[in-house]
Amino acid sequence: MNQALPLNEALWVLLLGSLLGLELIGKVPPTLHTPLMSGANAISGITLLASLALIAQAQTPLLQAMGALSLAFALFNVVGGFLVTDRMLAMFRRRGDDQ
Amino acid sequence: MSFSEMNFSAWLPLAHAPIDLLAVLLLALGIKGLGKVRSARSANRLAAVAMALAVLGLLLQQGLGGWPWWLAGSLLGSLLGVLVAQRVAMTSMPQVVALFNGCGGMASLLVALAAAALPDPPKLLVALSIGVSVLVGGITFSGSLVAMAKLEDWLQTPAWMLQPARHWLNGLTAVSCLGLGWLACVGHPWALLPLAGLSLLLGVGLTLPIGGADMPVVISLLNSYSGVAAAAAGFVVGSELLIVAGAMVGAAGLILTQVMCRAMNRSLTSVLFGGALGGGNVGSSDQGEYSNVTSCSPEECAMTLEQAQRVVFVPGYGLAVAQAQHSLREVAQLLERHGVEVRYAIHPVAGRMPGHMNVLLAEADVPYDQLVEMESINPDFPRTDVVIVLGANDVVNPQARTDPSSPLYGMPVLHVEEATTVFVVKRSLGAGYAGIRNSLFECPNTSMIFGDAKQVLNGLLQELRELGVGKAPAAKDLAKVG
Repeated sequence: MNQALPLNEALWVLLLGSLLGLELIGKVPPTLHTPLMSGANAISGITLLASLALIAQAQTPLLQAMGALSLAFALFNVVGGFLVTDRMLAMFRRRGDDQ
Repeated sequence: MSFSEMNFSAWLPLAHAPIDLLAVLLLALGIKGLGKVRSARSANRLAAVAMALAVLGLLLQQGLGGWPWWLAGSLLGSLLGVLVAQRVAMTSMPQVVALFNGCGGMASLLVALAAAALPDPPKLLVALSIGVSVLVGGITFSGSLVAMAKLEDWLQTPAWMLQPARHWLNGLTAVSCLGLGWLACVGHPWALLPLAGLSLLLGVGLTLPIGGADMPVVISLLNSYSGVAAAAAGFVVGSELLIVAGAMVGAAGLILTQVMCRAMNRSLTSVLFGGALGGGNVGSSDQGEYSNVTSCSPEECAMTLEQAQRVVFVPGYGLAVAQAQHSLREVAQLLERHGVEVRYAIHPVAGRMPGHMNVLLAEADVPYDQLVEMESINPDFPRTDVVIVLGANDVVNPQARTDPSSPLYGMPVLHVEEATTVFVVKRSLGAGYAGIRNSLFECPNTSMIFGDAKQVLNGLLQELRELGVGKAPAAKDLAKVG
């Protein structure tokens, strides 16, 4: 839609991003599986960038409304996700630190 | 001053490049940090900051066009997000993660549909990405909602869903999706609408047959999907940042799924295509009568505890449902003052999700170092006087080790039956989450205490107090503090 990325550049980015993601998580203590999933889930709401870009490009109210709705969905994911993760992790913190 | 001569409107859009790079770096560090207890909380905040930076970078690049729309969308989404995140009880955390995840998928679906309706016809790669974004977004959305409903016990797997025919049905739906996607790519954008519908259907068809016990793995996998959907949306709008971040989450989610599968001793394929654990024969044969089950009262349990040196609690989801973690903590404190060594055995999938139980116990102020993971505590059970199993079932089933015909066979379990005495607090002799009978209940050293975990623990607390457990040393503790 806007300046389309050159194909091979976009694919390189995809490849390297995937490889990075594979390397980021190695051994995770079971304790952290739920918070980690929740945190990663919040990050996946980054699709909100696409919603923002779409709203800027959209010319008709229908498309703008769709953009706004998708933005609301994405931000629900992001804001809720980060807050819930923080709530979970706040509980570990207290005890984990004093040893 | 040369500063005032600088043309802001000329260089502002360029500022997004370093900001984007910084955002990607912080996101990567965030995901990495979330994997370690010490750094997890700050890592989560780091990721949130990175997200804000990414939005800032985008706004610098494209300006504030259409601001009433994005303001309205942001307010609505953020407010609901804050509300849900603050209101939700720790026990229903997995459901909420599923809900959030589904909404992320829906966002990708909507963006892609809207992008397809923009005036200039998209090029092939963009059209392809739109198709992927709609398909994966739809599956993520409906699949996550099904997962949530199953965890909330709003939904059971209908029997016909366990028929092998469902694979054909899902296969047919998937092929139709591919066909529609191809149509959309070669210049028939209308095909995206039925594609959206079918992908929602596919999400339900793939998730519904999966048993509740496997839901955590499913949510983790769907989380990975929503990353893929986001990356596809990145191709659609031409955002490298979105592609990187989506790919990162997609890949990391896949690894996490694998890690969780390993913790539950399940292979991903058996989770996805094996259907509910135990399959169709749960109904009749496994519900067989229990014989030789002994039960006792909280009073007898209290008397046994009074004599014990080492006590291990095995908390399960029943404890969480009864909101009994605080009562449990009180009982444990009383025993500790009595000089009893108290520990908690945490099965990797205790609760409904790996790590869920740790969160719940931490909420009740249980010291972190008393939570012992399965591998470390299993060798200690023969030296343990009393084990109290609270609302856990499948994770203490000895048949997982001894009976090759059991559907649980091979799943790592806690060897509680090796302790001198085992008390199992349970509401009834009903089957566990996986619907399988538990031979632990028939062990000679096992006594059942029937009742709601909270009521039983409160009763136990009362009995212990009446026995004078924990009284005298409590005074000593006070003197120490004073």
